[in-house]
Amino acid sequence: MIRPAKMIRQVLSSLFKKPATNLYPFNKFEMPDKFRGKIVFDPELCVGCKLCMKDCPAGAINIKKVGEKKFEAEFDLGKCVYCAQCTETCFKKALKFTGEFELASLDREKLKITFNAKPDDTASK
Amino acid sequence: MHKFTVPIGPQHPALKEPESFNVLLSGERIMKFSARLGYNHRGIEKACEERTYIQNVYLTERVCGICSHAHSSCFVQAVEEIAGLEIPRRANYIRTLVGELERIHSHLLWLGVAGHEVGFDTLLMYAWRDREIVMDILAKLTGNRVNYGINTIGGVRRDINTDQIKDVSKAVKKLKERTEYYVRVAKEEVTLIKRLSGVGVLLPKDVLKLGAVGPTARASGIERDTRKDDPYGAYGELDFRVITDDHNDVYGRTLVRLGELLESYKMISQILENIPEGPITVKAPRKIPAGEAVSRYEAPRGENVHYVKSNGTDKPERVKIRAPTLANIQTVAKMLEDRNLADLPIVIAAIDPCFSCTDRLTLVKDVGHGKGRKMRWEDLHSHSIQWYKARGIDFSDLNKKMEKLLK
Amino acid sequence: MIGSLLSIFIFPGFLFLMVFGLSAEFIDRKLYARLQNRVGPPWFQPVADLIKLFSKEDIIPEEANPAMFKAMPILALTATITSFFYIPTWRNEALYHFNGDLIIVLYLLTLPALSYFLGGWYSTSLFSKIGAVRTLTQLFAYEVPLLMSILAPALLADTWSLTEMAVFYSAHPWYWLFNILGFFVALITLLGKLEKVPFDIPEAETEIVAGTFTEYSGRLLGLFRLSMDIELIVGASLLAAVYMPFGLAISPIFAFILFLIKVLSIVAMVSVLRTVFARLRIDQMVNFCWRYLAPFSFLQILIILALKGFLVR
Repeated sequence: MIRPAKMIRQVLSSLFKKPATNLYPFNKFEMPDKFRGKIVFDPELCVGCKLCMKDCPAGAINIKKVGEKKFEAEFDLGKCVYCAQCTETCFKKALKFTGEFELASLDREKLKITFNAKPDDTASK
Repeated sequence: MHKFTVPIGPQHPALKEPESFNVLLSGERIMKFSARLGYNHRGIEKACEERTYIQNVYLTERVCGICSHAHSSCFVQAVEEIAGLEIPRRANYIRTLVGELERIHSHLLWLGVAGHEVGFDTLLMYAWRDREIVMDILAKLTGNRVNYGINTIGGVRRDINTDQIKDVSKAVKKLKERTEYYVRVAKEEVTLIKRLSGVGVLLPKDVLKLGAVGPTARASGIERDTRKDDPYGAYGELDFRVITDDHNDVYGRTLVRLGELLESYKMISQILENIPEGPITVKAPRKIPAGEAVSRYEAPRGENVHYVKSNGTDKPERVKIRAPTLANIQTVAKMLEDRNLADLPIVIAAIDPCFSCTDRLTLVKDVGHGKGRKMRWEDLHSHSIQWYKARGIDFSDLNKKMEKLLK
Repeated sequence: MIGSLLSIFIFPGFLFLMVFGLSAEFIDRKLYARLQNRVGPPWFQPVADLIKLFSKEDIIPEEANPAMFKAMPILALTATITSFFYIPTWRNEALYHFNGDLIIVLYLLTLPALSYFLGGWYSTSLFSKIGAVRTLTQLFAYEVPLLMSILAPALLADTWSLTEMAVFYSAHPWYWLFNILGFFVALITLLGKLEKVPFDIPEAETEIVAGTFTEYSGRLLGLFRLSMDIELIVGASLLAAVYMPFGLAISPIFAFILFLIKVLSIVAMVSVLRTVFARLRIDQMVNFCWRYLAPFSFLQILIILALKGFLVR
């Protein structure tokens, strides 16, 4: 039956419900498990085959040799498309993805991060 | 009455993506309509030639944000056909599941956009609120809300476990009752029916002549759906109907899309019940042997065609993408003949334009001459007819069949 | 002299109308958002928008007529403010009254529509011209039902003055119930006058960018927006004074609070109507107004004429 204002009931009942908006950034938003965010690199496991560089669609990862069996990884977070193909290509499992997605920055240089080789194992930004 | 030309676009609130339309108006009547495409051209086909196949899976995904899985699956199907790979059944089912979820999210997005174009912002807000349910499910299954990255050459990258299956069933149940509400709104709300009926009329013979695809064609009664005509993925084993409608106008397209949403929920339930066990991927070589393949896929907007030619190295020689909007854009000029200016935004929105998919360029390299040259459309047309005749294929009896259909 | 200057600029004049207009815009937008299950803007949003617009530069197109371009917002604002002086708010008498002020109020309320047309026409931009022509076409559609439905209560009271009407209805309580049909017709035509959905055709965002206001920016656009807010208040108070004229003879404070409640409830009704409809096309709108609204307002006048024979004055 065609009538005007068909949505009136639904619309009036919304007055008594909580708004559907998530007040981000005041409410922390949790991404689901296995969300593809920033990539992290474990220098202990890398053997320097550079297959990850070959498979990256955006050319965002760069593996450099800094010593005998010591490799460091440079990521350009601006170029990365967060597809996690490198994590699957690496047969040594040196690359893993995390759920971190709040990576915006006002300075393009800050988007280039480096994971240093051992012996200083802590990743520096 | 004084005639003047109004430029709609490239920047206009009615268009979500830049495209230039020039409309010759006399009062409020449209006298002439001409389209000019190409503002979103990014050189993707050329970029595909310089990247390996595994990189191209992600590049073709980014042709469009809404039908990303369609482009990526179509490309991967073509490559798998050249390489002669037979992917496991479970991988087919997972690909189809993500494809149907993408169709749901695309149609709900369209519903909101159509509401916005006719000034019905309430429908926009409600439809997009319900679309968040699908986006959350896709983030759980694949790891991202758009550009899912679930395809790889030889299968899929992630598996689905029983918890995720339960979540998907719950979400589909909630969406089904919301979609049935929207069907009731579309059939009963009088201002919406007034704005959508009788607008953008496209008769069946025009559909066949101009080659429209997707819900644009199905709303004129033409039963054309790649999932039934040429089954790929798991569609050969699923039981579903092709939704058509007889209204021939924008209202019919709305009903077709809402009907397809309901069919998708049924298909997803069947997939979740019957998903077979097994591996999710087979090993694919890095260097694909020489060959060529054409693959078709039913994107939410219509039929998507990819052509891939390989030459034995790890990079393709030529990738050609024909998006469904390119086939549908010709029909807009026909639909807007002698109509009001107020109908223009909803008519353009009704073919569900995705100009990011559409803008490609054709540059023909003549191998014998050694350097590229540009061919005009008529030269290309006669060149292609000669090419097929030289291989013994004659199109004249197909032409006779088309004449009979158009009578 | 000082008294009338104070009333014109402070209360119930410019300052009061501005504050009330901005609060009404906030209530309208917040209600619209809550009906759509969203959060909505904070209370200071209309003030912030106005301050932002006033701090930006006015850009006048090269081919436009600068004098007319700048004069139109001022015309719209002054017309709406002036028409408020004849509407009773806190007692039976309005600030100024004479026999015939109902017609003056209705005339002054058509001036904003004329200023939208002239502003759009003298902008010489394509989209402005289309919007301007649509404003006038819409005016021809809704003006007749509005006038006729406002005429009906005036017929019952046998006077052309809003003040005398208030006196009449205070003397005969419950007579305003005979005008209910006219109230609903006037509410729908008020949507047309205020250019809100389903009749926001002259300013259809997705079709003609912004219609008349495409080329306006800065302070001139701020003045136009302010005059639209004040028009909302004035239209709602006119409806309240004509169709809900009860409670005006009791003490001024009580009558004023009742007036605020009446106006805000009409604003709320306008918001709800704005939420549930889609926008009509201009030919559909003209069709609807002449085929459905005009006969109903005729019917209201017939009812009143029939009642006049039977009722005790």
